[in-house]
Amino acid sequence: MISPGVYIARHMQVMLATLGEMVRSPMSNLMTIAVMGIALALPTGLHVILKNVQQVTAQWDGAAQISLFMKQSVTDKQADQLALILKQRQDVKSVTRITRSQALEEFRKNSGFGEALEALEDNPFPAVIVVFPTEESDNLLTVQSMLASFKERPEVELAQLDMQWLKRLYAIMDFGRRGIWVLAAMLSLSVLLVVGNTIRLAIQNRRDEIEIIKLIGGTDAFIRRPFLYTGFWYGLSGGILSWLLVTLSIWLLSGPVSQLATLYDSNYSLTSLDFYGSVVLLCLSIFLGLVGSWIAVSRHLDAIEPE
Amino acid sequence: MIEFHNVSKRYPGSCDALSQVSFKLSSGEMAFLTGHSGAGKSTLLKLIAVLIRPTNGQVLINNENIGHISRRRIPYVRRNVGIIFQDHKLLFDRTVFDNVALPLVISGLPHREIGRRVRASLDKVGLLNKEKSLPITLSGGQQQRVGIARAVVNKPPILLADEPTGNLDPALSLEIMELFAQFQQVGVSVLIASHDLDLISQMGHRVLTLDEGRLTAGGMHNAPQGGLR
Repeated sequence: MISPGVYIARHMQVMLATLGEMVRSPMSNLMTIAVMGIALALPTGLHVILKNVQQVTAQWDGAAQISLFMKQSVTDKQADQLALILKQRQDVKSVTRITRSQALEEFRKNSGFGEALEALEDNPFPAVIVVFPTEESDNLLTVQSMLASFKERPEVELAQLDMQWLKRLYAIMDFGRRGIWVLAAMLSLSVLLVVGNTIRLAIQNRRDEIEIIKLIGGTDAFIRRPFLYTGFWYGLSGGILSWLLVTLSIWLLSGPVSQLATLYDSNYSLTSLDFYGSVVLLCLSIFLGLVGSWIAVSRHLDAIEPE
Repeated sequence: MIEFHNVSKRYPGSCDALSQVSFKLSSGEMAFLTGHSGAGKSTLLKLIAVLIRPTNGQVLINNENIGHISRRRIPYVRRNVGIIFQDHKLLFDRTVFDNVALPLVISGLPHREIGRRVRASLDKVGLLNKEKSLPITLSGGQQQRVGIARAVVNKPPILLADEPTGNLDPALSLEIMELFAQFQQVGVSVLIASHDLDLISQMGHRVLTLDEGRLTAGGMHNAPQGGLR
């Protein structure tokens, strides 16, 4: 029987031996590792970008506001009264008033149509009340029910939630997240196939050796072991390469992104893959390497029987 | 050690390669297996190494019926059987030392023990000074002796050899055969398939003769050293 110490020593020995073999023939192994690294870097990179977008939009999340446009017949004074009433509501944090003349003035200043406005007799702008929900009620459901109740008021011509675009962005991001999963699943499958194929070739190259080992009483586990460790090393190095690719890409993008952020008066900077994400990437990569080699080994080893 | 009871082997789509073969080889007994090509010598050896399974009858090694053992058990049976091949079956990308060490590595022996036993085994076949050489640099006879060193390194109770002298000149062949006889003298059962009748008669051990799958001589004869001259 084999003692545990010897067993561990043997594993370590096979582990190092397979690594040594990979280092000795770098070119063919680098191809496999590069394919794995790139295939894994793609979904990982997209994931990092999506996470960054999420971070940016999270800052906007508390920015829901409801604009209530009064009917033309509603005077500024009536609008003031309504604003006071709305301010009493539990779910309203604050209310801003834009009087008809303020709206006119603002439009005159910003639009460049000032002279055209001179031609009009009446002020065409309605009074506007901007309602900011409290933080507790600042979620899509509550805000939407608030919107519905505002719409029912007789003074209100139009109630508009300025969150519609954010909602759409979230929908797009959900779509993106799903897309990344699909992409990751497909590329993981291709990584499995790449590792499997490389191991299959390795098995064929060592056909004679496997035959001899079987002849002199090597167990299946003994024969399988070096191939599984090779798969492990492919997984680990593929994972490290994809981590490097993602980190390098983020580093290359970070300059332009912070420039862009400056233009938007923000000091936002890109975050790369965090520690947890890196660990998950490496573990997944090693897992794929092991599973790929396991599939190849269990499919092709039985086929080699000594004559 | 090795017992065949009415063993038949039929390959799919052909007639019997072996039919109703019965014999017994005790511990420490040496015998030759002879016959024309296709008489069933290789089939008989393959049955002992569990490379194939009998169609009928029982093959016992150490009183264990190996005809029906599970796939998982096969490696452990083979560890008790040292096999020497005509084409040596050495690994040409490894040194002589590593080739001979392979069965011990498979059995999971500690590193120190492996070195000791490999050197003892190489010493036995007279190749101690070649441990760092690659097999390709050795002559045919030396390669065969490396094969023998590998077969005996984990001290199996049974040695099988399939035409071990097929490619060697008579002097070298005799040398190899005498090496086998030495293992027999320390209690190993040795079964050698060969059609070199001159050499066989020179050695003077029991001879099992196969003819078209039937054992025509040496069958139930069971005395150690009993030669058919």
